[in-house]
Amino acid sequence: MESLPSEQTATVRRVVAEHRERPGPLLEILHAIQAAFGYVPAGAVPVVAEELNISRAEVHGVVTFYHFFRRTPPGAHTVSLCQAESCQSMGAAVLADHAQKRLGIEFHQTTADGRFSLEPIYCLGNCACSPAAMIDGRLYGRVTPEAFDALIAEGSAAK
Amino acid sequence: MSTTVYVPGDAGALSVGAGEVAAAVSAEAKRRGVELNLVRNGSRGAYFLEPLVEVRTSRERCAYGPVRAADVPSLFAADFLNGGTHPLSLGLTESIPWLKSQQRLTFERVGVIDPASVADYVKHGGYQGLERALALSGAAVVQAVTTSGLRGRGGAAFPTGIKWKTVLDQKTKTKYVTCNADEGDSGTFSDRMLMEGDPLSLIEGMTIAGIAVGATQGYIYLRAEYPHAHAALKAAIAAAYQAHYLGPDVAGSGKRFDLEVRLGAGAYICGEETSMLESLEGKRGEIRVRPPLPAIKGLFGQPTIVNNVITLASVPWILAHGAEAYANFGMGKSRGTMPIQLAGNIRRGGLVERAFGLTLRELLYDIGGGTATGRPIRAVQVGGPLGAYIPTKDFDTAVDYEALVGIGAMLGHGGIVVFDDTVDMARMARYAMEFCAIESCGKCTPCRIGSTRGVEVIDRILAGVDRERNVRLLEELCETMVQGSLCGLGGMAPFPVQSALKHFREDFRARV
Repeated sequence: MESLPSEQTATVRRVVAEHRERPGPLLEILHAIQAAFGYVPAGAVPVVAEELNISRAEVHGVVTFYHFFRRTPPGAHTVSLCQAESCQSMGAAVLADHAQKRLGIEFHQTTADGRFSLEPIYCLGNCACSPAAMIDGRLYGRVTPEAFDALIAEGSAAK
Repeated sequence: MSTTVYVPGDAGALSVGAGEVAAAVSAEAKRRGVELNLVRNGSRGAYFLEPLVEVRTSRERCAYGPVRAADVPSLFAADFLNGGTHPLSLGLTESIPWLKSQQRLTFERVGVIDPASVADYVKHGGYQGLERALALSGAAVVQAVTTSGLRGRGGAAFPTGIKWKTVLDQKTKTKYVTCNADEGDSGTFSDRMLMEGDPLSLIEGMTIAGIAVGATQGYIYLRAEYPHAHAALKAAIAAAYQAHYLGPDVAGSGKRFDLEVRLGAGAYICGEETSMLESLEGKRGEIRVRPPLPAIKGLFGQPTIVNNVITLASVPWILAHGAEAYANFGMGKSRGTMPIQLAGNIRRGGLVERAFGLTLRELLYDIGGGTATGRPIRAVQVGGPLGAYIPTKDFDTAVDYEALVGIGAMLGHGGIVVFDDTVDMARMARYAMEFCAIESCGKCTPCRIGSTRGVEVIDRILAGVDRERNVRLLEELCETMVQGSLCGLGGMAPFPVQSALKHFREDFRARV
């Protein structure tokens, strides 16, 4: 297993220290680690386990249970496309095909230049404005393939 | 006094440009040297009119929409600050027919007030319910909730008062109130709208619950897909502490209630109550076998109320206006109002709060205006990804828990997703199994393995392999999952499949 650089280990220890007194702190800790690094590095797992005095298997089990926790670094921009029923009724499948072609990647992948990660998501709660997408935490509704291209062009220009 | 302009800060409104509109309003006001008070309210729920801009004139509130940022200079030119006429004028907000036909109790303040302001909340009737509750015994509060007929709005429709009574009767020192805000059903957004537009009503509802049953700690379990609601809740909780509506001395009563938000991490199963409790404890969200019920042994092994956002946010109205007033709405065993969410391929989609009893036809055509694409409706899915697909012949069914069960469907959390006649129901059935496979917690075999086998069997049907035999196999597999799964995910994921087979069997044929 990769071990973390000492600076990152210190960050993980600090995060655990901030949350350890709260009841049931593990999810909160993993959220904080992902906020700090953009993902949960494999090397963080034994550090968290040691600090909380639980097994590595328990921490690993939690990290891998939840779709939201990434185990690889994300691209500069994370693009999530809703694939649930409401968005399907308004062309989510066409939009997903278009997005994968436009970015040249499939779901769960990151572009070779590291700019975009593409993820499926199951409901953004924007079902009266389907199809919906979220880019870096910003929500978009009634997303046509043309609108998608404009958003991606904006993202490409930004970084 | 400067004029007040409302531009929603609701995530759905932002998703179609409300942020740009708000910026344009501020910029244009500055350019013209006009002073105005810009409030970022919640959404009124008429998403087909978003971004909906409102102005409070000397009369009431005038609405304009849907407004694009480019329209803003012309709105100023038309003197919209004094209710001037413009091509986007919608007249008085309260008179917009789509809104006027509603009966808003739980959503009475959503889209009306500044969600971050305790003062605005109180000015619009907030905290009257808590005041009443503090004058009553815990048992009397629980009795009021029981009398109101309120049932769990998350989907299970269990009588809320009975759940509270069970927690009240436990003789332990530590009890919890938890709010299930893991609104994962496609086609639903009422929880999100309420948390963003009137978060204090949820906070007040949880405070009343805590004081009624003797719990001093509350948790809101919020899905990670809702960053805007997260920000709104955190701001509202901080404001409530500041105003001493949370903390060691709630509203001067000497009673304590603390509240915090915990984020989920993208697992649909955590909307199941025992799975949510596991997740709140920082574990994998695997379901627990019941009994014991969470009301007896819930969070950290203590008696725990688990209620949905809308259930808890309805409690302040019930306490403030009386249980009978609430029970006077509705029909049969479905009392009060239900926030219905019109979603998917619908012309006038959004949130419709009405007393139980409206028919699907009235909702879909009179209120919703048919499909957005203008094609005929072929099917609607009610109650999220585990809900049945309903064909047009059943559209005269009332929106009522029992009436929907009567046609093999369920109301669930009140989402209605509309599909036009281009929908491929075999693909939708396949998706139901695929979704179950992605989201299964893995604890029981029928759900974990059955869902994957379900996808494979449907693929064989679509590939033209031994159609009759595989359709029979699919029916048997559905039955096994329904009968053998531990919770509602595996137990109900077959419902959309079975209903598609029943009503749209012609779609289950080989594809070229």
